[in-house]
This record gives sequence, structure tokens and C-alpha cells, in this order.
Amino acid sequence: MTPAATTFHTPHLVVHRRTTGEPPLVRHALIGVALVFLSLFLFLPLVFVFTQAFAKGIGYYFETLRDPNAWSAIKLTLLAAGISVPLNCVFGVCAAWAIAKFDFPGKNVLLTLIDLPFSVSPVIAGLIYVLVFGAQGWLGLYMNADNPHLPWLANWLNDHNFKIIFAVPGIVLATVFVTVPFVARELIPLMQAQGRSEEEAARVLGASGWQTFWRVTLPNIKWGLIYGVILCNARAMGEFGAVSVVSGKIRGQTNTIPLHIEALYDDYNFTGAFAVASLLAFLALITLGLKTWVEYKNAVQNKD
Amino acid sequence: MAKPLSRSKKIRVLPGFKLTLGFTLFYLGLIVLIPLAAVFWKTSTLTWPQFWHTITMPTAMASYRLTFGASFLAALVNAFFGLIVAWVLVRYEFVGKKLVDALVDLPFALPTAVAGITLAALYSKNGWVGQLLEPLGIKAANTQLGIFIALTFIGLPFIVRTVQPILEDLDPELEEAASSLGANRWQVFWRVILPMLTPALLTGFALAFARALGEYGSVIFIAGNIPMKTQITPVVIMGELDMFDYGKATALAVVMLVVSFVLLLTINVLQWWTNRYNTTSLA
Repeated sequence: MTPAATTFHTPHLVVHRRTTGEPPLVRHALIGVALVFLSLFLFLPLVFVFTQAFAKGIGYYFETLRDPNAWSAIKLTLLAAGISVPLNCVFGVCAAWAIAKFDFPGKNVLLTLIDLPFSVSPVIAGLIYVLVFGAQGWLGLYMNADNPHLPWLANWLNDHNFKIIFAVPGIVLATVFVTVPFVARELIPLMQAQGRSEEEAARVLGASGWQTFWRVTLPNIKWGLIYGVILCNARAMGEFGAVSVVSGKIRGQTNTIPLHIEALYDDYNFTGAFAVASLLAFLALITLGLKTWVEYKNAVQNKD
Repeated sequence: MAKPLSRSKKIRVLPGFKLTLGFTLFYLGLIVLIPLAAVFWKTSTLTWPQFWHTITMPTAMASYRLTFGASFLAALVNAFFGLIVAWVLVRYEFVGKKLVDALVDLPFALPTAVAGITLAALYSKNGWVGQLLEPLGIKAANTQLGIFIALTFIGLPFIVRTVQPILEDLDPELEEAASSLGANRWQVFWRVILPMLTPALLTGFALAFARALGEYGSVIFIAGNIPMKTQITPVVIMGELDMFDYGKATALAVVMLVVSFVLLLTINVLQWWTNRYNTTSLA
């Protein structure tokens, strides 16, 4: 690209030129097609969720949310997100630091491996943990083996009726798996674009490794990190397929919010299902709002 | 890899390489790679005829056709409308554009179960859209059309978000040159703009297609669960799991995983191709 092209790089600043524009009729037709398509697939479903949620009035809405099973689902979802988001945040920062600040062979392979959970079907994500920790899986075989290695461990696991699958730990693990790439994916391109010179300068001037990270790197990646955490959290709270496989769906015990929605829907309690669904739809809207705000902040920061 | 030698050419000024790479590999191994390896371990307990019998059974074959067909069509429809949406968002001004731009990502942010029950209810016989389609003899609930609708919904942002940055970065001088040389607007679009957007379109298409193949939550509510007709492959796997037939479920999972890996590889190549045209922005 010629240097002149960089003036057109900033989004929303593309200058509309008479010589290369479309006739007004075409322009309006295209805007019309785009808006009809988006209305049908985006706006209509969104409006529908909230309309249905309040179909039986605001009293019924809060009654549904105060139900003990709904409460237990909300708490379990918060727990799963509360564990998986910080873990994947630490992972994302570590992976981005190693990949962006150093050269080593096999970097592209590592990048592909980080993306792997995105290309695995949620159902398979649940299945793999059943194969590792389920009764017929590795852990089950170990616990039921006649002559196990570390007999004390096998005994301890059996005595405490240690369960991962169809229990809370399995739900947490499945949630961690499906949200692994989110923070890393945001940070890696960002930190690669920023390069290493600022950190190297800080080191040469005598800053310790931690000081360099806290005072130089972190302020630079702040918005990207927040964005990654927001996306990670949205997925962690909304995951359905993977959690559905490992949960066992015991109401009031191993149902997360999405599983509780399914249970209500299968009971033909549509208003209840949409009432609980509106919580997650609201979360999605907050996510989109924060995302737009972070992008704006990021654009401001990049201009400086 | 030990302490950086002061004489060596590549001095690592920054610390933490071994710690961060070590943790990255440990975490990926523990959370992703070892559990994924369990799939191949479990498959190895099946004999080859058992494996082959499972992955070619009629319900599985029907589910592959449906999953691939519906995902392909959904991605194709998204490629067409996604290009229009991206074009409109980059080139035109209209009221509410910022809001529309922000909402394009809704299918990424909205949990699949919420999308699933919403689409199912919207397109049911008494739903807002379903009751309009009913007199026309079109049924979406519990049909393959419903699956296509759900997959179109979840794939929508991929094309828009891959094409949009490329379109923003296009050098307007190219279009001006073409039009000053006598090309009409359609020729400029067809011969100048579209070829430059092709890699991004293909990448977006592949991403939407890959996402649709594995989709579960947004599909099951609208699809019903009719064997041979509306069962996508993840639903067939789920059915085997509900019967505790882990061997069969795993065999089918292997088929899906292999397809996913091939797609992932294709997407990486396509992204590399896309970025040739987008060297000015790294984000």
C-alpha cells in the first residue's frame, strides 16, 4: 500500500467520493437489504426474548428468578465463570508474553494449539472429560482397578465418593476448556504489534521483570485484556453443549443457567425459560456495550 | 536455553521466557491435549470393523449430509448478506449505524441455549414469524429449514467481521483509477473490489462453516430430534452418550475432530492469504 492509503486506515473515516460511489437508489437498496436481514436475524430474536420473559407480568418474572433451582443455577454459573475466567486470564497473559516477546521454533504450532478449543464441537469438549474422568474413563478404570498404583489414592478417592463427571468439578473443567483461547487470542496480536522495545528499555534502565510487566506491559495491554476477559466471561456463563454432557442435569445441584433454561423449556414453562434467558440476553447486551466502549478507548489510546 | 550468554548474538533482555512458555505448555497439555488424546485412546479400544460400522451407520450418514449441507448453505447465505452488511457499514452513513455495528456481534455474545429457544419459539406455529410462514406452507420448527436458520444466525458475524477491516483498508485510488479508465461501477466492484475481498470472504466463510459444523445449543430446540431427518452429528453423539455407549459416541467424535482439524488448517492458510492484503493493520 502507498503511504497515502494510511489516512484511510481509521475506521469510520472512509471518505465517500462522488466518482466512486453508487447511485442513491442502489445505496438505499443495499442499506435496506442489510437492515431487513439484520432485523430478521438479530433484532427480532432480541426483542422476542424480553417480550416473552415479561409475558406473564413482572411478578411472575421475579418469582421465576427467586425459585431455589434458579438460584442454585445462578450460583453454579457464577462459580464456573469465577474459576475459569481467572485461570484463562493467567494463561492468556503467559501465552502472549512467551509468544510476543520471544522467538522460538514451533510458534505457529503453539498458536494453532491455543485455537484448538474453538474448533472442537462443544459436545465433544464435554465428551473428552467424560472419557478422562467418567466411570468408564481413565479415572474410573483406576478407581476400580484390582491392583492400582498408589493404593492409598484409589482408596481415598473411593472413600470420599470422589466424582468429577455429573458433578460440579466436571462443569468447571468443561467451562475452562471451551474458554481457553479467549484472552490469549486478544492479547497475542496486540502484544506482537506493540513489539518489545518498551520492555527492553525498561529492563536496561534497571526495572525488574515484574516492574516491567506491571508498569510497562500491563498499561499497554489493559484494554485488550479487559476485552478478552469480557468475551471469556460471556462464553463461560453461556456455555451449553459441553456443560450439558458432563452435568447430569440434576435440578438444584448440577444445572447451570443455560441448563436450567433448557429444563424449564422442556417443561413447557416457556415464560419461565425466557425469564431466565433474559438474564443471559442482558449479559450479552452488557458484553456488547463494554466491547464497543473498549474499542473506543483502544482507538483513543492508539491515537496518542 | 540456559542463562543468556553475554557474548551470544541473541541476548534475551526480557525475563520470564521459561516460566511463561512452560506454564503455557503445561496448561494446554493438561486442559486441552491430554483430554483430547482420550478420544483417540477410547477409539483404539474399538476394532476397525466396529469403528467403520459405527461411523457409517445410516443415522450417522444422514447426520453428516444434514450437518454439512445446512452448514454450507448457512455459510453461503451469510457470505452474501454479510458482504452487503459489511459494505453498508463501511461505505454508507445512516441513522443507527453505530448501534447496528455493535449488534452484529450478538450471535457471539448471546448464549447458544438462549438463541436456541428464541429461534424455536419465533419460528414455531404460533410464533411471530412461524404464523406468517404457516399459510405459505413453510414449516421451520422441527425441520431442516429450522436448522439452516439457526446456523445462519450463529454464523452471521464471521463474514462481516472478516470483510469489514479489509474493506476499510482498501485503497480508494484503485477504484478511482478503474473508473477514470472507463469502468462502470459494477465493473469496478466485480473486477477490482471483489477480487481483493475474496480471501477475506473465504476466510469468513470457512470460519462460519467450521462453527456451524460443531454447533449444538442453538440448533437442538428448533430441530426437534427426528432420526434420519433433523439430527445433526453432535445430536447423534449426544444420543449415544445418553445411552452410555461411549465407544460409538467417541467414534463419531473422531470423524468430527478430523474434519475440524482439516478446516482449522485451511483457515490458517486462508488467513495468511487474507493478511497479504491487510499488511497495514496488524490488529
